[in-house]
Amino acid sequence: MNLTLRIWRQRGPEDKGRMVTYQVDDVSPDMSFLEMLDVLNERLILSGEEPVAFDHDCREGICGMCGLMINGDAHGPQRGTTACQLHMRQFSDGDTIDIEPWRARAFPVIKDLVVDRGAFDKIIAAGGYITAPTGSAPEAHSTPVAKANADAAFTSAACIGCGACVAACPNGSGMLFTAAKLTQLSLLPQGQPERYTRVVGMVDAHDEAGFGGCTNAGECTVVCPKGIPLNTIGRLNRDYLAATAKGGGTPGS
Amino acid sequence: MDLFTEGDPIADTKAPEGPVETRWDRRRFEAKLVNPANRRKLTVIVVGTGLAGGSAAATLAEQGYRVRSYCYQDSPRRAHSIAAQGGINAAKNYRNDGDSVHRLFYDTVKGGDFRSRESNVHRLAEVSVNIIDQCVAQGVPFAREYGGLLDTRSFGGAQVQRTFYARGQTGQQLLLGAYQALERQIGLGNVEMNARHEMLELVVVDGRARGIVVRDMVTGEISTELADAVVLASGGYGNVFYLSTNAKGCNVTATWRAHRKGAYFANPCYTQIHPTCIPVSGDHQSKLTLMSESLRNDGRVWVPKAEGDDRAPRDIPEGERDYYLERIYPSFGNLVPRDIASRAAKNVCDSGRGVGPTKLGVYLDFADAIDRLGRKAIEAKYGNLFEMYERITGEDPYQVPMRIYPAVHYTMGGLWVDYDLQSTIPGLFVIGEANFSDHGANRLGASALMQGLADGYFVLPSTIAHYLASGPLEKVDASHPAAVEARADVEDRIRRLLAVNGDRTVDSFHRELGQIMWEHCGMERSEAGLRKAIDEIRALREEFWKRVRVPGDGEGLNQSLEKAGRVADFFELAELMCVDALHREESCGGHFRAEHQTPDGEAQRDDDRFAYVAAWEYTGTGEPVVLHKEDLKFEYVHPTQRSYK
Repeated sequence: MNLTLRIWRQRGPEDKGRMVTYQVDDVSPDMSFLEMLDVLNERLILSGEEPVAFDHDCREGICGMCGLMINGDAHGPQRGTTACQLHMRQFSDGDTIDIEPWRARAFPVIKDLVVDRGAFDKIIAAGGYITAPTGSAPEAHSTPVAKANADAAFTSAACIGCGACVAACPNGSGMLFTAAKLTQLSLLPQGQPERYTRVVGMVDAHDEAGFGGCTNAGECTVVCPKGIPLNTIGRLNRDYLAATAKGGGTPGS
Repeated sequence: MDLFTEGDPIADTKAPEGPVETRWDRRRFEAKLVNPANRRKLTVIVVGTGLAGGSAAATLAEQGYRVRSYCYQDSPRRAHSIAAQGGINAAKNYRNDGDSVHRLFYDTVKGGDFRSRESNVHRLAEVSVNIIDQCVAQGVPFAREYGGLLDTRSFGGAQVQRTFYARGQTGQQLLLGAYQALERQIGLGNVEMNARHEMLELVVVDGRARGIVVRDMVTGEISTELADAVVLASGGYGNVFYLSTNAKGCNVTATWRAHRKGAYFANPCYTQIHPTCIPVSGDHQSKLTLMSESLRNDGRVWVPKAEGDDRAPRDIPEGERDYYLERIYPSFGNLVPRDIASRAAKNVCDSGRGVGPTKLGVYLDFADAIDRLGRKAIEAKYGNLFEMYERITGEDPYQVPMRIYPAVHYTMGGLWVDYDLQSTIPGLFVIGEANFSDHGANRLGASALMQGLADGYFVLPSTIAHYLASGPLEKVDASHPAAVEARADVEDRIRRLLAVNGDRTVDSFHRELGQIMWEHCGMERSEAGLRKAIDEIRALREEFWKRVRVPGDGEGLNQSLEKAGRVADFFELAELMCVDALHREESCGGHFRAEHQTPDGEAQRDDDRFAYVAAWEYTGTGEPVVLHKEDLKFEYVHPTQRSYK
């Protein structure tokens, strides 16, 4: 396959950035999308140009490090698939492909296609955990968890923190990410004691980090490579209301 | 041999004496403690935020130490532990199927082909039960039964069901548990987290590890970070092969830099080739993808009986298929340990019966399981793995058998540590895959997660306290000559890498190095092959320093520069791996020497000559290394030839 790529190039956080067109030939349909970018970068290096910087690590769809807007879609055209797992058989010979970084106020561009997603870590640090210092845990079978709840908690826990939800959202909201963690922990008996302080802490951190609000556009769940359902945001809202309506942030559960 | 000399043996591993089941208790009781008020004055550096590093950093901070944590990824949540699929072993015996701490201990020593240290392995088995409790308390969503209790499954090398799992994403869920505990401590101000930072040198002052030199990968700034102790949790070195199941960024630099500063490197040739990975599809391949070993619970491995049988798999009748694992190993069948399954796959492919376009593949077939259990049950167990397979290969494994082939997956070798997980440099502790400690010559499935968390949550926090209690250490700052020198070395190396300005990319060298290693130091090794590999590695290393091209500069994000530094270290490691493999004139676990096999092709150990840990001391690039032997004593598990028949 022969392809035309139009890639966002930005030397650093202060640079204005621009789209640059590259031609890539002899692309195999069995290549992954990132392997196709590897081919381009090898060529750029040998011709004395700077390769395109992009984040990636595991290349098997689980670390959440890669993230590209491909033709305007977060992670590209294939549903339930991260950019690293996208293969070139999804494209056709002669295609022109636009490749851009995540664009959101809370995710400033560092270079080319690399952005800073540190805001996600701040949301977790503000309550996305169950306080259980090492050594303090009771025997694992002392608290059974209904299978349905365990399975639903798992579904939410599958979030890889890639940020596609934010990139796809017209408001640049990080609600799906925040709600996924909240839903996981609030479905488990171990998560109940901190349930209401957690939701307030995480939502506040979310807002402080510069993410926008949720208006139920639903773009997030469409692009989510792990299929985190939109109803997690409903759960977040319900717990947030319960926590704040009662004023103190810590009603009994 | 001119490649190494032999030095003093390692006489003391600091393991307590007495019955093996009492040693860890005794060690903890005898260890000195640090008063909580004094912990605030002590700083510990932790490099890496995977299961071992993340859990250690969180736990040390909970205990009151000041922790500085470093990772090369953009967030501590992305460390490669996240990719572990299958599960985590623990001797809970919830199944009432005969499991116990002693059986997990026994299976692990045997699975490691009698090349691990009994004291350490027993401790690992003891601590395994606490790990499950800890993770459940953190909200890790393990798979559960309808009654609400935890589900378990069996895994390679064991006949009990002791593997806890969270679908095919166990590593992810355990890591997020540790990451969340770590983030809590970051939020509380007890951990200073430095993401996108890479450790490039160890600072040793008066014989003790006192800090590291790091590069901020965003700004390019080099800084010297000092502390009272340093913990390396930087993972394994499988990427020396270029193609492996490791994440692209996984590298040996942190441990290799420590090795150059005096930490012995143990058993570097013990690498695990995982039997169930998606075969290579072409020259563009940048990494390999594992299909969880748990698939071998329900999938049956086979190849055609006849050489060159090119029919589609479904057109090959039952009688013309060779379910070779079930045939050769009737009692363990498809669940033999990884090293054995991998070599068996290689053997059938070498005999011309491999499948797929490259003929380097075997079938992993779920047709029987789908008939027996129904498609729905298979979907529930393995759905995400089947989808991943289809995304990568374009084939539907519900309809046609998967094609799999072995790939480099894990490294049992690593920096040598004593019972306290301390390296030969006082104050330098090494945990998780980065050390050599618990898996001998072959790691059993679902034991890496167990070891990472055992080290980080439970072992290191006790043993490092004993070291820190021996202080206070003399204050050092960045102007200390040792710190200044370490920093200057880092800056000089970066300058040299940028200055070559040659005509080959870093990746092209890495690929070529990987081919040499896979060919000669992979699933089967021989004296002639290893000697050839050493010559080739040396020549390629010289060429690298003459012809590599690293574009850009050191000021700011430069991914080519990051890779170049890592590959330069892989060259040196690769040579040591080959020397280790060459000197070990036996076959054991993942180390298979063609000259040493039983008449039916199984690994032939030589316990009289090689029942020891080979700990290598660095003496200078290209200089002969010095071998220090730690003799292994087996008081509880008597070495026999492993039999899975």
